Amino acid sequence: MDQTNYSFMFYGFAAAWIIVVGYLVLLGLRERKLKQQLEQVKALIATDSPSRSRIS
Amino acid sequence: MRDKIFYGLSAATALLLIRNLYMIFMVLPDELNQGAAYRIFYFHVPSAMLGMSGIGIALIFSVLYLITKDFRWDSIAAGITEVSMVFCTMFLVTGSLWGRIAWGVWWAWDPRLTSALVLWLIGSGYLMLRRAIDEPTTRARLSAVLSIFGSVNSYIVWKSIEWYRTQHPQPVLSIRNGGGMAPGMEATMYWNLLALVMLGVLLVMIHMRQETMSRDVEALRRYAHAL
Repeated sequence: MDQTNYSFMFYGFAAAWIIVVGYLVLLGLRERKLKQQLEQVKALIATDSPSRSRIS
Repeated sequence: MRDKIFYGLSAATALLLIRNLYMIFMVLPDELNQGAAYRIFYFHVPSAMLGMSGIGIALIFSVLYLITKDFRWDSIAAGITEVSMVFCTMFLVTGSLWGRIAWGVWWAWDPRLTSALVLWLIGSGYLMLRRAIDEPTTRARLSAVLSIFGSVNSYIVWKSIEWYRTQHPQPVLSIRNGGGMAPGMEATMYWNLLALVMLGVLLVMIHMRQETMSRDVEALRRYAHAL
């Protein structure tokens, strides 16, 4: 491979992959946060429901 | 079934990307004037096509949401727009790096580049709007309206190299009457376009699942408050 502008080719590919991998990491973190929120709110409902049903 | 499709598509995408990278680095020759750096095109051009067309496709689902008020369409529109923004970022960054080689500058305020930047800003506005509004119906309606503006601009970006005399190259691919690439190089471009389309579909699938989870969390929170 010709070495002319080789570093710019490297930067270009590195940038493209960093953007894709960065987005995948973002999606992973978001999914983890959503799963935690879902578990928390489910636990909240589970603890709330019996006491409410006793009151009513 | 859906998981099987997801994992099957993931494997196919990975294999195709590896095949394309092998072709780009090991098989295809260098370009006469730009040397190795022309290879940036193999990600710049497909990501530009996906970024622009994705925002155009999101319009269809946004309009479907406005007609039917079905949140499924809003989820798809949001997913496609967010993933299109990833590709828009990719084509702006890789284009800037290529411009530094070809033009000697990182950026030029010509119609193609400027309209592409405006598209990126509209897309960013769309994503910020979705984060700023908690109420799902208002969020979906306003997002759909902003999506219409974005898609009009994406068409302007697409056509700008035909409408104006720009510093950006005129159409290169033969599907746009360009004919400025050797057949082997152009074929690899299309293969990489296919790989990035598959990657985009995967990312949209992940995003849609998260949108559904997010709505479930909101619905359960409302239920918990009502208890």
